[in-house]
Amino acid sequence: MSPRTRQAVLLLAPAVVLLVVLVGGSQVLMLAASLGRRSAYGGVIPGWSLENYLRALEPLYIRVLARSVILAAATTIVCLVVGYPVAYWLARRAPPTMRRALLVLVILPFWTSFLVRMYAWMFLLRTEGLVNLALGSLGLPALALLYNPAAVLLGQVYGELPFIILPLYASLEKLDPALLDAAADLGAPPREVLRRVVLPLTWPGIVAGSILVFIPSLGAYLAPDLLGGARYVYVGSLIQSQFAVARDIPFGAALSFALSAGVLLVLWIFRRPLQAGSGEPG
Amino acid sequence: MARGAVSLRAVSKSFGAVAAVREVSLEVAAGEFLTLLGPSGCGKTTLLRMIAGLESPDRGRLLLDGRDVTDDPPHRRPVNTVFQHYALFPHRTVAGNVAFGLEMAGRPRGEIGPLVERALEMVRLAGLGARRVDQLSGGQRQRVALARAVVLEPEVLLLDEPMSALDRKLREEMRAEVKSLHRRLGTTFVFVTHDQEEALALSDRVAVMNDGVIEQMGSPAELYDVPRTRFVAEFLAVRNILPVEVQSADGAAAVVRTDNGLLLRSSASGFVPGERVWVGVRPERLRLEGPGENRVAGVLEDRLFLGDRSEWRVRAGADVLTVSEPGTSNGRKPGDAVTVTFEATALLRLEPSRPATAP
Repeated sequence: MSPRTRQAVLLLAPAVVLLVVLVGGSQVLMLAASLGRRSAYGGVIPGWSLENYLRALEPLYIRVLARSVILAAATTIVCLVVGYPVAYWLARRAPPTMRRALLVLVILPFWTSFLVRMYAWMFLLRTEGLVNLALGSLGLPALALLYNPAAVLLGQVYGELPFIILPLYASLEKLDPALLDAAADLGAPPREVLRRVVLPLTWPGIVAGSILVFIPSLGAYLAPDLLGGARYVYVGSLIQSQFAVARDIPFGAALSFALSAGVLLVLWIFRRPLQAGSGEPG
Repeated sequence: MARGAVSLRAVSKSFGAVAAVREVSLEVAAGEFLTLLGPSGCGKTTLLRMIAGLESPDRGRLLLDGRDVTDDPPHRRPVNTVFQHYALFPHRTVAGNVAFGLEMAGRPRGEIGPLVERALEMVRLAGLGARRVDQLSGGQRQRVALARAVVLEPEVLLLDEPMSALDRKLREEMRAEVKSLHRRLGTTFVFVTHDQEEALALSDRVAVMNDGVIEQMGSPAELYDVPRTRFVAEFLAVRNILPVEVQSADGAAAVVRTDNGLLLRSSASGFVPGERVWVGVRPERLRLEGPGENRVAGVLEDRLFLGDRSEWRVRAGADVLTVSEPGTSNGRKPGDAVTVTFEATALLRLEPSRPATAP
């Protein structure tokens, strides 16, 4: 082993070992469990059956998956639309001396547990919550703000927004301002500068941020559970209930494994457009 | 009427507390090659960016062919820029870069291809259209930037230190190319540089800028022969500049006295007896033991051999003179006593820089 290789091995070993054991190991356990059968007491009887996967394809569960995909897609789109201007302002317009402080503000919510923040939203949105209290004091009728898909989307966007702002900020900050000048100089109105220069050149940040938001949103559990109420089941709560409520570990494992595999498959299928950061869309 | 006349009327621009351009008025004739020459921070690039529309003046008006364009955004001005570090789009090919402006102008696809090809031919890059920008050398990038701007047939072409990132040999090549491009296109060129040689070689007229104002403007020959202020003289390589007191002055000649008691004669006009002023003389107008009314005794200190000539540093009392002599050292060596001689016509009268007008 050359000194260079040895250095690389030593530097990477802790993370690789950790990931292989924790991620790889748990996936192997899940795969094994998903192929087995549920025992009468909630245990796993080992086996080689695809029964659990076939069951996951039943319309009932496909609807749950579809709802989760829609939630994840909507979260990603709203986060992009809301986060891009923020990142643009932070990276290109904010006073440079304040940039660092403003970035800290972006990640400030992380200082509080996600669970606590979801309860805070419930406190705001519930029927006797602060928002309705304010409406009531103005003589307006109370609104059903909690326990619906909009509340889930709100909580999800709120929770994921920093994850999209940071990669967008990084790619916008690298953007050479002379390129924007050049585009305007060559006759591009602001809209075209955005479409033909800014967006294509920040594509890597858009992709990275979208992946960072989309994937956790797909398996989101807390926001759907706390803000969505029992009427709307999402993949995250479905899997959780298989393990904790229905005591059907093999089916929960199959759902979970299928979701991870599905995400990987989608990433692999779209790897080209995702990497083509320099390609111009449209 | 020829197109491409630029008129700046008392244009000012500040960034925070810093006044970058102070009430500059300037007329550029259609088809002229005008250079804004000055050190970094003198306001030359800001002035250029205001013509492009990339900065808007705080005060003053800007006219293009008599039309007030002060409030027009950059994309509506018939003006294009070659940027200092080229600013080529990294996500587009060479041809894609050149085509950008044509696409923005809404030219049909069928027209764009041939126009791009012709523009690339003009800058000697034919056949490289499919290359990615990062596969090009610095000189090639420079030419893509030129092609991208001239393909739009602008009325005014702005060039912001376009050669500063190139090495010396390439720079000299590009200099000739820019000059010939100007001749072929007949477009107005406004060129920004801090390189006096470049300015003198290319321009019809040069405006020397200092601290946000144009300190002197004229043809390259005028500026070279008669720099008016100390700043302009220093910037145009008048290396020997001394503070003096004017002893006597009549119409034809003046006698000035340096702080070290040397008496020098000058045929420059404008001297007033008794005034304190600067005088300057170019190194190439000084000779070691030659003819001339002015004779200064001194001692050789150092010699820089520059190939076709040598540069000597001569100590004369507390002053050091730089003498540029063609040819070899003629057997002289540091420590030798010499007499530096020059004509009265070589001694320039230099005013202090124009005092900055209050913003």
